[in-house]
Amino acid sequence: MVTTLRTRRDTQDDAVPSAVAQQPRRIKESPVDRVFLIAVYILLAVALIIVIAPLLYILSSSLSSPAAVSSGQVYLWPVDFSTAGYQALLGNQQIISGYVNSLIYAIAGTLISTTLTIMIAYPLSRKEFMGRNVIMALVLFTMLFQGGLIPLYMVVQNLGMLDTRWSMVLPQAVAVWQVIIARTYFRTAIPDELAEAAEIDGCGDLRFLWSVVLPLAKPMVAVIALMYGIFQWNAYFDALIYLKSPDLYPLQLVLRNVLILNTQTTGVTDVALQMERERMADLLKYSLIVVASIPVLLIYPFVARYFTKGVMIGAIKG
Amino acid sequence: MRPPQTSDVTVAEPAPAGVNRHTVGARWKRSLRRHWQLYLLVIPPLAYFFIFKYVPMSYLVIAFKQYNVVDGTWGSPWVGWQNFESFFRNPAFWTLIKNTFILSGYAVLASFPLPIILALMLNEVRHRFFRKTVQMVTYAPYFISTVVIVSMIILMLAPRLGIVNKTFGLFGIAAPDLLGNPDYFRHIYVWSDVWQTTGYAAVIYLAALSAVDPGLYESAKVDGASRIRRIWHVDIPGILPVAMIILILSVGNIMAIGFEKVYLLQNPLNLAQSEIIATYVYKTGLLNADFSLATAIGLFNSVINVILLVLVNAVAKRLSGSGLW
Repeated sequence: MVTTLRTRRDTQDDAVPSAVAQQPRRIKESPVDRVFLIAVYILLAVALIIVIAPLLYILSSSLSSPAAVSSGQVYLWPVDFSTAGYQALLGNQQIISGYVNSLIYAIAGTLISTTLTIMIAYPLSRKEFMGRNVIMALVLFTMLFQGGLIPLYMVVQNLGMLDTRWSMVLPQAVAVWQVIIARTYFRTAIPDELAEAAEIDGCGDLRFLWSVVLPLAKPMVAVIALMYGIFQWNAYFDALIYLKSPDLYPLQLVLRNVLILNTQTTGVTDVALQMERERMADLLKYSLIVVASIPVLLIYPFVARYFTKGVMIGAIKG
Repeated sequence: MRPPQTSDVTVAEPAPAGVNRHTVGARWKRSLRRHWQLYLLVIPPLAYFFIFKYVPMSYLVIAFKQYNVVDGTWGSPWVGWQNFESFFRNPAFWTLIKNTFILSGYAVLASFPLPIILALMLNEVRHRFFRKTVQMVTYAPYFISTVVIVSMIILMLAPRLGIVNKTFGLFGIAAPDLLGNPDYFRHIYVWSDVWQTTGYAAVIYLAALSAVDPGLYESAKVDGASRIRRIWHVDIPGILPVAMIILILSVGNIMAIGFEKVYLLQNPLNLAQSEIIATYVYKTGLLNADFSLATAIGLFNSVINVILLVLVNAVAKRLSGSGLW
């Protein structure tokens, strides 16, 4: 990622290891510039702190003891370090099932979405494909105008997909901007001559796509898949409207019920256990937030690495 | 796919390569014969767009009907504009419009300049490690789910134990009930959004900045331009087209403000300012099961949105010469 951003001005600086050595080569910096640059560093450091502080607070709280959390002693560092919150999560059936469901939806959804996106983006990138402008216009139009909530709900209902796993992975399967990114990438990264040569050699389009184009487009496919995966993992709205059975709920919906609506109805009848829950409730929330965000935050640096390029291409040429 | 038209078969059939006199029909035929696999490939995604994007559009007719399950979409009786009229006459109508406009207008105003400033500042930084760190960290919140963000807000602003209130307490000030007062709702919504998306939005500007011709900086330096002047005369013109596109898109989407976060942040106490069209459609349609009214409201919203987008695009084109289309 950084290479694309850095190539321009840093090369000259990075080439010279020490700041002193490069002084003679450049025009001397004025005091105003120095002050300005210091202000920039300070402001960026402030931005860094503003972003990190809430995350650190959540993480620290999740690693504190139930008593410290429920009495509000935690600021930016764990108090009475404990993993009680995480242990409690492991025993919660609702959360485990949410986690498993989310994994299923994320994996299946990513597979379906990525496949469909490539299936439409690749032909649209080929000049030999007649009618590609009409199809592209039809695809782009859905960005501008859609049927809306109720009509889509009725379609899902008519297809018999309400309260099934299909309703989680199909209705939002293809994102138009992903199609744009993929198409632009195919267009710019795969030279026309390559396709022509393959055609002359008697290589069909499908085989060409599978054994030449896709290996060449690996970074782009990886980014698209990861983005779909993250969006699927984070989605709660479709589950909210299409799912009725709690055993199909993805993690985000479970989270919403536990964290925002404050309804923890796991059918607990044991009074002692219920009391324990109440005491743990606050701590549990912090641990839940961490557990739900970890998979995404682990994946995200990989996306970030390639994403700049993808966004750039999509933004500038799309 | 349209079937190939049969015209000029005599010219097309031998199809000697390089001859440019092919008619449209013949070119279709040739393309279909040689690249039938490509056409096969687009069938499933086209089916997706047809079923999940275009069929719902046809269901918009129920906005003009009194939908009932027994008669179905096409059999239900027509009622003309009645659903729209009842929405316009609803006492909540102006509140909904106002809430939607103010909330998203505020969000656009607050979240447009900050990514540009962040990108311009990052662009000045020479320390590779520092720059990389700031970029990676500010980018990260974008990937946190809405549910988690809202949970964090609720936990941190909680009246008794929330860290914000405790911090107020340190200074001996009794903190207001931030979540329970409708006046704070918009600020909470907008600034948490800024917190979440600024780093992500800055990436686009950084990419645009990296495309600025290095020669311009060199000549500015030689001319003795200060850093601030270089930013003003080189960087800002360099990112202006991208900034324009982003502004058009966000202003054009003002009515399409995200349902998800608003709905999660809503509570009975802040409804006066947090009820927007999207949440109202959800409640009318799916909680009260009034499909026709909800569809009519949704359609009204989309139409306003399309009109806005077209208008904004036209204005932008006139002012800056660059638009979306």
